[in-house]
Amino acid sequence: MSTTDVAPDAPPSAPDPWQNSRRRFGDSLFSYLSIGSGLLIFVTLAAVAIFLTSESMPAILASQEFSGTADFSLVDTTLPLVFGTVLAAAIALIIAIPIAVGIALFISHFAPRRLAAGLGYMIDLLAAVPSVVYGLWGGIWLVPKLEPLYVFLNTYLGWIPFFGGDPTAPMRNLASASVVLAVMVLPIITAVSREVFLQTPRLQEEAALALGATRWETIRTVVLPFGRGGVVAASMLGLGRALGETMAVLMILAPGATFSLHILEVGRHQSIAANIASKQAEAAGVDMSLLIFTGLVLFVLTFIINAIARWIVARSGPKA
Amino acid sequence: MAAPQPINVEDLNIYYGDFLAVEGVTVQIRPRSVTALIGPSGCGKSTFLRTLNRMHEVIPGAYAEGKVEIDGQDIYDQRVDPVNVRRRVGMVFQKANPFPTMSIRDNVLAGVKLNNRRISKSAADDLAENALRGANLWNEVKDRLDKPGMGLSGGQQQRLCIARTIAVKPDVVLMDEPCSALDPISTLAIEDLIHELKEEYTIVIVTHNMQQASRVSDRTGFFNIAGTGKPGHLIEIDDTEKMFTNPENSQTEDYISGRFG
Repeated sequence: MSTTDVAPDAPPSAPDPWQNSRRRFGDSLFSYLSIGSGLLIFVTLAAVAIFLTSESMPAILASQEFSGTADFSLVDTTLPLVFGTVLAAAIALIIAIPIAVGIALFISHFAPRRLAAGLGYMIDLLAAVPSVVYGLWGGIWLVPKLEPLYVFLNTYLGWIPFFGGDPTAPMRNLASASVVLAVMVLPIITAVSREVFLQTPRLQEEAALALGATRWETIRTVVLPFGRGGVVAASMLGLGRALGETMAVLMILAPGATFSLHILEVGRHQSIAANIASKQAEAAGVDMSLLIFTGLVLFVLTFIINAIARWIVARSGPKA
Repeated sequence: MAAPQPINVEDLNIYYGDFLAVEGVTVQIRPRSVTALIGPSGCGKSTFLRTLNRMHEVIPGAYAEGKVEIDGQDIYDQRVDPVNVRRRVGMVFQKANPFPTMSIRDNVLAGVKLNNRRISKSAADDLAENALRGANLWNEVKDRLDKPGMGLSGGQQQRLCIARTIAVKPDVVLMDEPCSALDPISTLAIEDLIHELKEEYTIVIVTHNMQQASRVSDRTGFFNIAGTGKPGHLIEIDDTEKMFTNPENSQTEDYISGRFG
């Protein structure tokens, strides 16, 4: 086939009917609006990062690590808080993930349709309860209820480091805070997992069923492998919430600043967010700057965890 | 081994909720032969096929009434576990559906691992090879058994699904338009395979392609509906040659000669 070039014999002044001579107003308005919204994300994020960095500079400069003279150390102040934050969030996830996946599977594959809808609605409602309410509930009602369990764990499983130590009532310990955090992250993990499980291709499930798989075998061979990436992503969303959760931890946990693994002991741990909330009203000068520095650490921590989550999701996606 | 028995279907009514989709099917399906089911879209031939291994009822609200006897056992008897029915009556779907997270080898062995957990590695290897040979796929994949099944071409994927189905050694293999998503060469490969498989298995195949029905089957059944919203009926079933040359029923003749559908 030969290519035929169109000779440019038309007079240049004549409007080319194939070309768009004027910009369409709606198009350009929409494009500016959406670009603007996109940029706003970057601006906000940058503003927060710059604020945290610049405001924490006084503390960084005045610290032992930099000046060599001051009586406080950035590392000694921040690391126990990081430890407490991560430990509380991790325990919350360990409690919440199996339950959330169980509920999600029940809703997506086992429950009768009407029950599933109602249950899904109730799970969403759990997410709407403000954290201060969870704090009240946890601190006043749940903590005394958990006491016998803690005593049991401490007495019979005390050789496991986590359950060791010397727990004393009231059990305003890290374990209680984690249990409440678990309740708080449960809805988000459940909701996302449920959506992913529901998206399992029907054909895949039928393939397993037609081979003589039971319902559980179908879930194990098809639904869980398909949903794995989604469950990881959901868990990371939950982890993000657990790391930053302030009110519930503040209202339940009796604070301390150690690297103790004894989650049943009272007054051993504190989280970054709860620490900031409890101290920021009275702090000033370098103390305030130090609090902001811990905020910066939390900011970076959630960033890193999100990056890891994205990496895991990308890696564990269905292989094409 | 006892002589294989036919599948006896008696007065089978098939429902989706309140909707009667297929009415009053009574038919005997011969063992170790290929039975093709043809008919216009929506006439219930796929629905009927899916009642033969109780896959119909996995759709919410769907159920069937009547009797389907396989090997002398009514599979709709209260005491029968549908899981056990499906282990004896395998199914190949319209679109190839290998398990995406599994290798070729694991795909073939998927059903076996469900049915019989403990299997030695050498036995598993033999089984995978035999099933893949049985599906005429061995030579194409023997060097990449550990690669994902999704990496194969459409026709190869469909043969992988057939290998997966015959690896559990069913008595019956149901095929629901197995070639409708395939090119002519792949279709030919599957049709050749069907010819070989009928030595060992009872095969029921639903197809939209009448040439395919006449090429692969020994018996052909024709389903039809009187109109939208009406239930489908099995109009006629006979030897394929007779169905395509001299059918008893005028509806069959009209359909086969291309006067409608």
